[in-house]
Amino acid sequence: MSTEPSQTAGSDPAIAVELSGITKRFPGVIANSDVNIAVRAGTVHALVGENGAGKSTLMKILYGMQRPDEGTIAVGGHPVVFTSPADAIKAGIGMVHQHFMLADNLTVLENVVLGGEPRSGIGLDFAAARDRIREISDNYGLNIDPDDLVDDLGVGQRQRVEILKVLYRGARTLILDEPTAVLVPQEVDELFGNLRELKAEGLTILFISHKLDEVLSVADEITVMRRGTTVASVLPKDVTARKLAELMVGSALPVPELRESTVTDRPILEVRGLSVTSPDGRRVLDDVSFTIHAGEVLGIAGVEGNGQAELVEALMGIRQLASGSVRLAGTDISKTSTKDRREAGMGYIPEDRHRQGVLLEATLWENRILGHQTRSPNARGPLLDRAGARADTRRIVEEYDVRTPSIEVHASALSGGNQQKLIVGREMSGSPVVLIASHPTRGVDVGAQAAIWDHVRNARANQLAVLLISADLEELIGMSDTVTVILRGRLAGQYDPATVTPQELGSAMTGAGSEG
Amino acid sequence: MSAGGLTVGMQTAPAAKRGRKFSPMVYLIAVVVGLLVLSLVRVLAGATDLTSAGTVQAAITAAVPIAMAALAGLWSERAGVINIGLEGMMVLGTFGAGYAGYQWGPWAGVAFGLLLGIFGGLLHAVATVTFGVDHIISGVAINLLAPAAALFLSKLYFANAPGGGQKQSPRVEDAAKVSIPGLADVLGDLEAKHWFFVSDLAGILRGLLTEVSLLSILAVLLIIGTAYVLWKTPFGLRLRSCGEHPIAAESLGVNVYKYKYYAVIGSGAFAGLGGAFLAISSGQFRDGQTGGRGFIGLAAMIFGNWRPGGLATGAGLFGYTDALALRGSTAVHALLLLLGIALVVVAVIQYRAGHNVLSGVAAAIGVLFGWWYFTSDEVPPELVGAAPYVVTLLVLALAAQKLRIPKAIGEIYRRGEGK
Amino acid sequence: MKRLTPRALLLGLAAPLGALVFAAGLCAVILLVTSHSPADTVDAMSTAAQRPRTLVNSLNTATTYYLAAVAVAVGFKMKLFNIGVDGQYRLAAMLSATLAGAAFMEGLPSFLRITMTIVAAMLVGAAWSGLAALLKVTRGVSEVISTIMLNAIATYLVSYLLNPARLAENVPGSNNISTRPINEGGQVTGITVEGSSSKIFGLLFLALAVGFLYWFVLSRTRFGFELKATGLSESAAVASGVSVKKMVVLSMLISGAIAGLVGMPQLLGSSYSYALDFPAGIGFTGIAVALLGRNHPVGMAVAALLWGFLDNTANSLDVAGIPREIVLIMQGVIVLSVVIAYELVRRYRVAAEQREVGRALGRTKALEEVSA
Repeated sequence: MSTEPSQTAGSDPAIAVELSGITKRFPGVIANSDVNIAVRAGTVHALVGENGAGKSTLMKILYGMQRPDEGTIAVGGHPVVFTSPADAIKAGIGMVHQHFMLADNLTVLENVVLGGEPRSGIGLDFAAARDRIREISDNYGLNIDPDDLVDDLGVGQRQRVEILKVLYRGARTLILDEPTAVLVPQEVDELFGNLRELKAEGLTILFISHKLDEVLSVADEITVMRRGTTVASVLPKDVTARKLAELMVGSALPVPELRESTVTDRPILEVRGLSVTSPDGRRVLDDVSFTIHAGEVLGIAGVEGNGQAELVEALMGIRQLASGSVRLAGTDISKTSTKDRREAGMGYIPEDRHRQGVLLEATLWENRILGHQTRSPNARGPLLDRAGARADTRRIVEEYDVRTPSIEVHASALSGGNQQKLIVGREMSGSPVVLIASHPTRGVDVGAQAAIWDHVRNARANQLAVLLISADLEELIGMSDTVTVILRGRLAGQYDPATVTPQELGSAMTGAGSEG
Repeated sequence: MSAGGLTVGMQTAPAAKRGRKFSPMVYLIAVVVGLLVLSLVRVLAGATDLTSAGTVQAAITAAVPIAMAALAGLWSERAGVINIGLEGMMVLGTFGAGYAGYQWGPWAGVAFGLLLGIFGGLLHAVATVTFGVDHIISGVAINLLAPAAALFLSKLYFANAPGGGQKQSPRVEDAAKVSIPGLADVLGDLEAKHWFFVSDLAGILRGLLTEVSLLSILAVLLIIGTAYVLWKTPFGLRLRSCGEHPIAAESLGVNVYKYKYYAVIGSGAFAGLGGAFLAISSGQFRDGQTGGRGFIGLAAMIFGNWRPGGLATGAGLFGYTDALALRGSTAVHALLLLLGIALVVVAVIQYRAGHNVLSGVAAAIGVLFGWWYFTSDEVPPELVGAAPYVVTLLVLALAAQKLRIPKAIGEIYRRGEGK
Repeated sequence: MKRLTPRALLLGLAAPLGALVFAAGLCAVILLVTSHSPADTVDAMSTAAQRPRTLVNSLNTATTYYLAAVAVAVGFKMKLFNIGVDGQYRLAAMLSATLAGAAFMEGLPSFLRITMTIVAAMLVGAAWSGLAALLKVTRGVSEVISTIMLNAIATYLVSYLLNPARLAENVPGSNNISTRPINEGGQVTGITVEGSSSKIFGLLFLALAVGFLYWFVLSRTRFGFELKATGLSESAAVASGVSVKKMVVLSMLISGAIAGLVGMPQLLGSSYSYALDFPAGIGFTGIAVALLGRNHPVGMAVAALLWGFLDNTANSLDVAGIPREIVLIMQGVIVLSVVIAYELVRRYRVAAEQREVGRALGRTKALEEVSA
């Protein structure tokens, strides 16, 4: 696949935005390397790639929040340099963030004009603002009433308000960051309708997503990123979803090392018909069922935001089930508390260690107690066993190679990798029967990663059941006995890591379907 | 006001749902109905004080400092800064009014009270906005500091002044009062007839339109002015956005620090004004004069759902309760019945909204108040003062879903930490 | 949860010491500007400080402040603001005084009477703060607002009950009204000190016990661990199995119970009844002392002693022609400057730590950044 932007026969419409040779380095890692994208005016251009492919850094550069180390940006043919988002706005680039920046208690009008209010005397010219907003809304079919309170709006409507916000400030190029992540299918259709209208008025859309089926239905051109660089730029009609998935994921998957199966036929974790709904009524998990046996690692692959976090929280008792059941070693734990589940032998390595894994402002030995404060060696009845906890922390530090000057330092002083090693050591030390590991080696250096994998393998050999959730395919393939994929809250397909192809996995993860 | 603390219970606190936007007609009808009920109760209980001009005038005088304190709270909290140091800032205002008032007249007193209040607000702003100190702690510190400073200065300047003392200033002349000519007699006659509804209306009107202090008029203008500035100008929009979603404001180029400063200094100014009004209408500065009005002002602000019209209503109600307490026990006793009726109305509203448990609780408390009324002859005067606080607690407990507190209240904001 | 390295200790003390120095300096300036002599002020206060009576009174005042501070601190550890300590202690003191002075109590053995009085006070305090806790966990009402409201309501309740028609009686020979005085059997004997007309409160030991329990529960028990964890990171606590609602209610109840104790040393050691002139405002002083002492059992004790000294030596100032409010001003300035100082120290420490981490482990941090 070439990396040159494709040309349609005959016309050569102006290029709205061109990024050439963009490179951005952070200490120790290259986020973007020689990125080239040419976005033609009046088109919807999709940028696809997995988490960590470098999309967000690239967008921050385009929006003026970061400066590139190398490379240039050209808008409408003219080279530009952005030192802040204000510069980008002036150049007509508007960013619609994934997490909306809307004040619930203010009206649409107030949210849109904030910072750029039309005036009459010392007062705000509401009439002018209303007119302008209605005008934009009518022109682009956004169907927004300026006097609505944002709190009363649904997610799809709020997104349209964000779009209106950037249009109000004269944006000609819109960047949409994972816009469909929070929408239900009907709202997705509405959004795409809006995008087509915007396009018809000559605006340019840059659409970041990992959902290939949607991208294929709305984009005029698609650029694929992987590992910080642009891999291909293709036209939708020239490519299938499976091919696209392969581009995203890579043409080869890591080969799992041969090892003997330790899977027994003793079921440890049985999940049946699990469903979870979000406060605004969306089904974030829909009828999920699986079984993990002692000595088995079940890997769940999937791009972030498809229900993994909710699944983990539901299993741990942090989130309520709408329906379904969870059984641990034969006992129904669907309604038990987190504390009871932990005491029953559920270990938990959370995805966000700073929020759920450690107390940053507590010492290491105090963190060792966290989550295990009802059992030895941390506690004897209602009292803490500080000496026991300290001794055990020293053991964990030793066994799991946690690099730290002492066990009395605050957890915040440790690097992410060492914090994670401590967490893994802690959770393994509770003699768990099942371990829920959510992105266990994210943000962790290679050495720590290998160590954590070793510990999990050893535990697995000792009959531990593991639920492994990860976006790192190397980890998933290397560690799992079985791999399944989660997409939009449902599990799809069961694969053998030794034989699954990148096309299969990539397609399943991105919803590209089973076309050949 | 979560003060950046735990979120427990926030899940059970129902999300603020916007009711239908009420047209002015609905408010008018509500007022008329309220007056009818009031009149009815007056007749039944024989409590002429409920609607007499004297009570209304006293109510206004009492309500003004509370309204100013509530306004002060509003300005600050709308920008996201909790200000429980209102009490202290009011004290500074009372001192300023006493100090300048006895020497140069009431309006000098107002100016000085304003200035000292601004100083208090500045202190709170520096601590919370620049240094990121927890809003509550800063407020508590100001409440410790300000009365001490005022008493210190009082001993210094007033002890040897003619008519003054260690803890009080010499007399301050009151501000001028105005009346609409001709009305006093006409309304007075009507009022004396004790006719149902007509006399009550006459009494209330007479209280509102005659012998009104210029300070009260100023207060009303300030409330209206606040409503205009905060809701109809770009300045006000930006200020409110700092209290709702400072990161969004920052992303659109608003200097959040600047607006928070304006808001908190403004808050101090209004608190100082409130104190000044209090001192001038009482005739002097006295140590301990504010008597918790800063907190009652907060209660009025909450009762008023963080809106100027609402807080004016709240302040008016609380002032009315105060005035009644001074007028004798029959009137206060009748209040019990009113409260009971109000609670039953709340119960009905909640029932129609589908909140059955809440409706039941409200109805039960309403019946309790009614029973208290019928089985007693009077309300102990000591308990009357607790009315504003009890009412506010009831509002918080029973009407939480209607309250729309600025979303980013209490958050410590630092530029650039968004996302 | 502190490192005990010398550096940490120094940083930890820098803020309060700095605040003290700053406050003293500022007050000296205020005195000078208003034509008083700072030297005279210090002189008057230190002379007073040497009198045994002042020392005893300072210790007694400190005892009361310490209890209030511990009550507040229990809440602070959970990121809860129990501003209601003020209302809780007065209501508790009044009601328990009524119980203690009741006629039927006089026949009971001394130990029982005193225990009943103290337990009653704790129950009242816990109940009053329990109201706020209930509102918080069921309706999401901020405890800041509800405790402020409850404080005011408590004031009115007390003034209603403290009336000859209800629970109180007139004190002969004065305008004062008080609850029925507690006779000797219900009093706690104080410790006599030579040269001083006042005695040290016997319930000093109660305060010490409370301080010890505070330290013990927080650092040695599972409950204390969960409480601290919830205050440090609610999400981590939830993931570790803590029920946050239960914690909120329990900690508010405990805070209220300790608040109830605040009035006991005074009531049972010197006043022997609850009257119109029973000390007020101690709840807010408790907040100041807890802040100054950083919620640490020993730190709060030191802060309480300091506050007690300042209060009692201030009595000598009016006589010397210096308004004693200068001491109150100093206390207010200390509170404000100490929290600002803590914030400055914290920012310095965070920046230093980040530099360290950035130097040694840049790669890992960047990885975390990039995979956003």
